[in-house]
Amino acid sequence: MTEAKTENEVSALANIGAADVKSAAADGLSQYQHPLMAAYWKQLNSGFPRVKEVFEDTMAEALAVLSREGLSAYLDAASFLGRMGRGDEPILAFLEEWPSVAKALGEEALSPVMKAIHAMHKSPNGKAIAPFIQTLAPVARRQHSLEQFEHYLDIAMDLMARTTGSIHGHHTTFPSPGLPEFYRQAPFLFAQLSMAGVRNWVEYGIRNYRTHPERQTEYFALKSADSRAVMQRERHGVLFADVERKLDLYLRGLWQDAEQLVPYSTAFDELRKPVPYYDKLGMRVPDVFDDVVIPSPASGRGGREAPGEGKATALSTTVPSPLTPPPPAGEGIRIRGIDRYRAVLAHMVGHRRWTTQIVADNYSPLQRMGVEFFEDCRIETLLCREYPGLRDIFLALHPYPREDACDQETMSCLRHRLTMLSRALLDENHGYQNPAIVEFAQRFHEIMAQGESSTREIADLALSFSARTRRQSDQFAKIWFDDTVIDYRDDNRHMWQYIEDSDDEDFFDDPDKKLKKESEILSLPPRHYPEWDYHSQTYRPDWVSLYEHLHPHGNPGDIDRLLQKHDALAKRLKRILDLLKPQDKVRIRYQEEGSELDLDVAIRSLIDFKGGAMPDPRINMSHRTSGRNIAVSLVLDLSESLNEKVAGSEQTILELSQEAVSLLAWAIERLGDPFAIAGFHSNTRHDVRFMHIKGYSEGFSDEVKGRIAAMEAGWSTRMGAAMRHAAHYLESRPADKKLMLILTDGQPADVDVHDEKLLIEDARRAVRELDQKGIFSYCINLDPKADEYVADIFGRQYTVVDNIQRLPEKLPELFMALTK
Amino acid sequence: MTDKEQYKVHKEPYYQAQGKEVQLYEAAYRNRLPVMVKGPTGCGKSRFVEYMAWKLSKPLITVACNEDMTASDLVGRYLLEANGTRWLDGPLTTAARIGAICYLDEIVEARQDTTVVIHPLTDHRRTLPLDKKGELIEAHPDFQLVISYNPGYQSLMKDLKQSTKQRFTAFDFDYPAAELETTILAKETGLDEAVAAKLVKIGQTARNLKGHGLDEGISTRLLVYAATLIKDGVEPRDACYMALVRPITDDADIRETLDHAIDATFA
Repeated sequence: MTEAKTENEVSALANIGAADVKSAAADGLSQYQHPLMAAYWKQLNSGFPRVKEVFEDTMAEALAVLSREGLSAYLDAASFLGRMGRGDEPILAFLEEWPSVAKALGEEALSPVMKAIHAMHKSPNGKAIAPFIQTLAPVARRQHSLEQFEHYLDIAMDLMARTTGSIHGHHTTFPSPGLPEFYRQAPFLFAQLSMAGVRNWVEYGIRNYRTHPERQTEYFALKSADSRAVMQRERHGVLFADVERKLDLYLRGLWQDAEQLVPYSTAFDELRKPVPYYDKLGMRVPDVFDDVVIPSPASGRGGREAPGEGKATALSTTVPSPLTPPPPAGEGIRIRGIDRYRAVLAHMVGHRRWTTQIVADNYSPLQRMGVEFFEDCRIETLLCREYPGLRDIFLALHPYPREDACDQETMSCLRHRLTMLSRALLDENHGYQNPAIVEFAQRFHEIMAQGESSTREIADLALSFSARTRRQSDQFAKIWFDDTVIDYRDDNRHMWQYIEDSDDEDFFDDPDKKLKKESEILSLPPRHYPEWDYHSQTYRPDWVSLYEHLHPHGNPGDIDRLLQKHDALAKRLKRILDLLKPQDKVRIRYQEEGSELDLDVAIRSLIDFKGGAMPDPRINMSHRTSGRNIAVSLVLDLSESLNEKVAGSEQTILELSQEAVSLLAWAIERLGDPFAIAGFHSNTRHDVRFMHIKGYSEGFSDEVKGRIAAMEAGWSTRMGAAMRHAAHYLESRPADKKLMLILTDGQPADVDVHDEKLLIEDARRAVRELDQKGIFSYCINLDPKADEYVADIFGRQYTVVDNIQRLPEKLPELFMALTK
Repeated sequence: MTDKEQYKVHKEPYYQAQGKEVQLYEAAYRNRLPVMVKGPTGCGKSRFVEYMAWKLSKPLITVACNEDMTASDLVGRYLLEANGTRWLDGPLTTAARIGAICYLDEIVEARQDTTVVIHPLTDHRRTLPLDKKGELIEAHPDFQLVISYNPGYQSLMKDLKQSTKQRFTAFDFDYPAAELETTILAKETGLDEAVAAKLVKIGQTARNLKGHGLDEGISTRLLVYAATLIKDGVEPRDACYMALVRPITDDADIRETLDHAIDATFA
């Protein structure tokens, strides 16, 4: 489009920034000498003095990127924003941001953006317009396509529509509390999350905090724990948690190192990005690594040319840098997140193997930096000797600064110089011309050719490099950082030994901070379990806090009495028990009396007989079962409703349950299966109580009987969390078959959940999780109305016991039928 | 009389000594002491025995043991014939008669009551009673008994009785040291030493993971397979994936780690 510009426009552009405009500005009048500029100003039609101040600059940028039509639309849009009655913020932001948005996405993006602005203008959310406009450029830069960008607008509009408050459903009267916060966080969010991730994150916030303005604001400001947890879950890239085992195997397998890996968070530390390091407690690595694609030289390593950067600077006085540097080895390839982790670990392993501590006090900070760069290169060279494939990864991750990028006259080029050197030491095709770099690369390779060298020897080399290349400008406060960050290297804190505490050392782990607050532990710390949200088909991370207690103790005699009462039933059960001997048939050979003829032995005996020898009469065999291998976990719902009396009886459901559980425990004890009993109830998601009654290895002793006798009912039924927790124990049992029996008298419910279906869906999800873990779950339900939901949760794995009075005999029978 | 020649090892098997085992074995043989060879799978136990048989030029009778093997499978049995029965010597009996080295491979796989029949042959008596036949065989002066087993999958069920163990002198084999293993690969397959060294390095990576998801590291035998494939013109990485990684594990994490080691080594 730019070609279409007339001569006039181009000359107008050329004149801006020259004396004309300056004089106009000096006048303080809205007079532009150039007729076109005057026309533009008129079209903008704005009286804000601050707009006037920035007008020329923004127009210069706009003229460079926008077509004639685009420019006109741009001015119209800006003019509209100026006259909206919301001050100069929106128009200023728009004037500044739009050209770069248009550059990233194309001018067509204007119409959807204006549509969004109009929508906000008409709603009570006018205050959010300026923050919204400010997000446009950063978001656009990340999205690269108009389609993606429109998704962003959709998300924002959806958030606005659903969180804007209304009274009686007629008017939308209250502005959305979360919307401005969302805009404030948007650039950060898009840096961390994919579009789908942002969508999920927003969706989660709307769903859970739509009716709660303060919490909503907190959520969208990324201040609440939930918000951060959901974000962490949605992050793109390779999460440490997903690859931890692989990295562990990598360390062991390739490097024979079994150091502990400790992740640190990279999401919330914007100002000072933590770098990997290792100390006594383990190797610290980031919690997530994105894949990196190394751009090809055409698309611009080093980015766009800044004015004045083109001419060769003092550093490369000898020869101008080659026009096209040879492509580094890693060009155009994709380095996966896991390989970045591996590079970090390999680098640290290298230090652990080959780096010896040296005394830091003898060096200045700048010298130390040089020593670190040289030492890093030494160990990487050694690492590549071990595994040549690492070189590709290192080179791809290692920045490749342009030789003439940094101007030594005006800023400190130390980092730039050292990064170039580091590149040159690792990459034979570095293509740098600087004599010092070439010479020291040569000396470095000579030293390394002789063997492993040592930290001390390489430090001497580094010192002479520092001495040779030192510049006065190295002390400048303005430091060149572009292309100098080598993010797979650790911070080398292990390398230095400080004799005196110097003021430039950072104490990350202040020993005084570790307060010894070892208060006595009365119960186990809570375990957190996720909960399934069927609306979004996602888990709410760490939603439920579950506390495990030992069940209080009662009088075991009560249970013995109960068992006596059911003596007749027990006798009948015993008969069934004796029949219950399935599985694992083992052949017993060489039997004189047996169930079958053992052909091998029989033939042998026949031969003996024919040959005149004494035949072996033990020609039969029989079978024996070598025990069952079932682990059973019985989970009891101990919610309030158990206190109800059973129709037509004096007993409560609780008492009947006690009888049933005692009988079942007695029966399973006789069978010898490992068997655990636990009860649960809940009082909101923050307090799910899981009561230990009997462990797998505990016998059906007086202590266990006492706990059963003391069973009490109360609170609600949050079934999913209890099942997950019981499964956590059952899963680690070595048995072939694992069975979880859930005895409940009603549907899952809790006081903090208003949607009846939510906990039912969660429990159903828990059943599926159990299934995946190889645990067979089975529900025994005492609720006459159970048919409405129990099949939803357990599929066909349930029984509804209608006649609760018969529960004591039903339960053991059921168990035996299940395990036959 | 049984043909001794069929049991002879005629061509020299390639064997690279890791230590003094050849001399020690010769000393044991001179004194007809029974020998036990222990070590992980594919480290060269059977090859060693074969090599010693060749070196001493004695016939070698190998029996691969399994759990259904009975004592009569070793000693011999009567066979039914049209007009009565006929005795057939088992491999152990044959070896004792002709003076061969009898090699019972993976002895722990055999049932314990079976292993007891070797007892009289392994002490000063050097006899084998055939109670079915009513014959007592005096072992041939050249006869020697060698057993092997892999303590790797030692379980409570599969271990030798003390009374059996203590009748043998023993060699403990392991995978050879890196340099030695490189030489072995190069000699065995004719592969160039540099590539062989890389294979060995990958092998050691896997051996480091033993007990962390791998029951057994990559054996020398598998390395030889990989080397053979490479020698045949297969791309080294593919050969390694195929011969070294896929056979030993189904665990995705371990597979990926080993694949990475291969990529990093063959860069």
